[in-house]
Amino acid sequence: MSREILQVSGLSMRFGGLLAVNGVALTVKEKQVVALIGPNGAGKTTVFNCLTGFYKPSGGTILLDGQPIQGLAGHQIARKGVVRTFQNVRLFKEMTALENLLIAQHRHLNTNFFAGLFKTPSFRRSEKEAMERAQYWLEKVNLTEFANRTAGTLAYGQQRRLEIARCMMTQPRIIMLDEPAAGLNPKETEDLKALIAYLRESHNVTVLLIEHDMKLVMSISDHIVVINQGTPLADGTPEQIRDNPEVIKAYLGEA
Amino acid sequence: MNKNLKQAFFSALLVWAVAFPVLGLKLSIDGISLVVHSQGSFTISIIAVCSVLMFLRVLFDKQWSSVMSRRSDRKLISPAVSNYLTLPKTQRWIIIGLILVALVWPFFGSRGAVDIATLILIYVLLGLGLNIVVGLAGLLDLGYVGFYAVGAYSYAMLSHYLGWSFWVCLPIAGLMAATFGFLLGFPVLRLRGDYLAIVTLGFGEIIRLFLRNLTDWTGGPNGISNIPKPELFGLTFERRAAEGMQTFHEFFGLAYNSINKVIFLYLVALLLALLALFVINRLLRMPIGRAWEALREDEIACRALGLNPTVIKLSAFTLGACFAGFAGSFFAARQGLVTPESFTFIESAIILAIVVLGGMGSQLGVILAAIVMILLPELMREFSEYRMLMFGALMVLMMIWRPQGLLPMQRPHMELRR
Repeated sequence: MSREILQVSGLSMRFGGLLAVNGVALTVKEKQVVALIGPNGAGKTTVFNCLTGFYKPSGGTILLDGQPIQGLAGHQIARKGVVRTFQNVRLFKEMTALENLLIAQHRHLNTNFFAGLFKTPSFRRSEKEAMERAQYWLEKVNLTEFANRTAGTLAYGQQRRLEIARCMMTQPRIIMLDEPAAGLNPKETEDLKALIAYLRESHNVTVLLIEHDMKLVMSISDHIVVINQGTPLADGTPEQIRDNPEVIKAYLGEA
Repeated sequence: MNKNLKQAFFSALLVWAVAFPVLGLKLSIDGISLVVHSQGSFTISIIAVCSVLMFLRVLFDKQWSSVMSRRSDRKLISPAVSNYLTLPKTQRWIIIGLILVALVWPFFGSRGAVDIATLILIYVLLGLGLNIVVGLAGLLDLGYVGFYAVGAYSYAMLSHYLGWSFWVCLPIAGLMAATFGFLLGFPVLRLRGDYLAIVTLGFGEIIRLFLRNLTDWTGGPNGISNIPKPELFGLTFERRAAEGMQTFHEFFGLAYNSINKVIFLYLVALLLALLALFVINRLLRMPIGRAWEALREDEIACRALGLNPTVIKLSAFTLGACFAGFAGSFFAARQGLVTPESFTFIESAIILAIVVLGGMGSQLGVILAAIVMILLPELMREFSEYRMLMFGALMVLMMIWRPQGLLPMQRPHMELRR
């Protein structure tokens, strides 16, 4: 059995008098696809925000490879290999698709001021490699022909794919997708499913996702966690969740 | 119609209310008391004509705008030309052309003209520096003049107390200003937008007041005078050299001519401006330049990708301050005198106006705007009382016709070649 990469226990988040997340526990093993589901306003995105350092959790522990990461700043957590997409696409709209991918590699590039000023060989090499990596991922998400278009002018589905590609540029270990299939048509959802499978198989990425498309969730997840009103309701394999009466009552609805 | 009439009447009244106290009245001193005169019937009649025109303009607003909309199909500059002019490639050629002209003409120009051109170049340098902070990184800095002051006083004090030469002090002044930028940036860069603007405004004033009140070191309000001019490899441009030194005209066996000094100063300023231009051009194509751009667009996405916003903002702030330091030390050398009064808020405002007028992020725009902003008051000396009024008018006109600035630049995109 593979290693546990992310362990969350007793996670809670309080906004003033509102307890948005209360005692959420989550264990993610390497190369697993774990889905977080629940009704709107259940606190799924808040959990994401806590895990990626956008909120400082009010309580609980988050262990990445056994190391506590709760309370670290967003960029520090991202540097440890936990990156995310957003519910509403957050691309750099005025920049081209290619540049979006280059920005994400910032940390891996030669950012020495003088190297860039005088275009030293090492600087050229690092820029060239960045270009090649960007090109590779553009091809993977079928956006090569749009490489020089500004991101804001791409179609919605393309923007979603670009955002995932951009996350992959940081060479992450865990990628967290917040409603990746929202607004996609059935064909695009199928593509997304293939892409997630590809990420896991070929790039050893662990995937954590929030999604409302049950068909997608049930077909790709290894493990599902259900949250209702900020508290964990159930977790288990897709089959267990599908047949869990509590979950059906709170979220899935009677068939 | 009735509503239009009322509005038109009100507008005409407004013309009187605005123009009459400013233009129609004149204060003069009679003995020890102030007396208010009328400016004479000519000015009054001009105001009257203006108010009548305003009345008609508002009364026939509908007809006017329909005429204008028919005309506006034919734009002042066609979109194709406008697009061509904003391409980075075109602008690079224009800049190269400008540089060639700038290199040659001082040898034919008059002394006064070269002197003004030197002043323009100082503002070009300042504008380019502030452009990094405001135009590229999107941080509104209203206290930029503080770093200019730090640079100027660095050179002034080093040369006054230690006798160091301009060329040694220039990098030190840049470093000093950059250090100040770094130290001030650290606490304030967690603020955003308006808050950042106010705090930087405060810091700019604090630096000036510090220099003013640190009388023992900076000479207080009197400042530091007799700052030596730059030298060319140890050759001074003065009539007589100090002990152990040689003058430029003796070395080359020329007759002494004071214009040599002016031209040399101009060339030094040009050198500094070119350096800034080169550095910024490279920065735009470096990872850090891209990161500034990205941070301006979406800070949250940057953080999610592992970019440290504080470090990136700080680098912009520090680099911008460094250029202000260079400009400051050159200013001190050219002027020969620094006082705190050279570094008031209005200077910050002018530099910011240059950046905004030129078009955020555009180097050519900044150059043109600096020329306009400095040359205009010089050419219109007779109207110097109305300087601020002209700036205001310029800004309003710009907002109407070119809200993006005189010559905005499309950012150089990285292209994927296949």
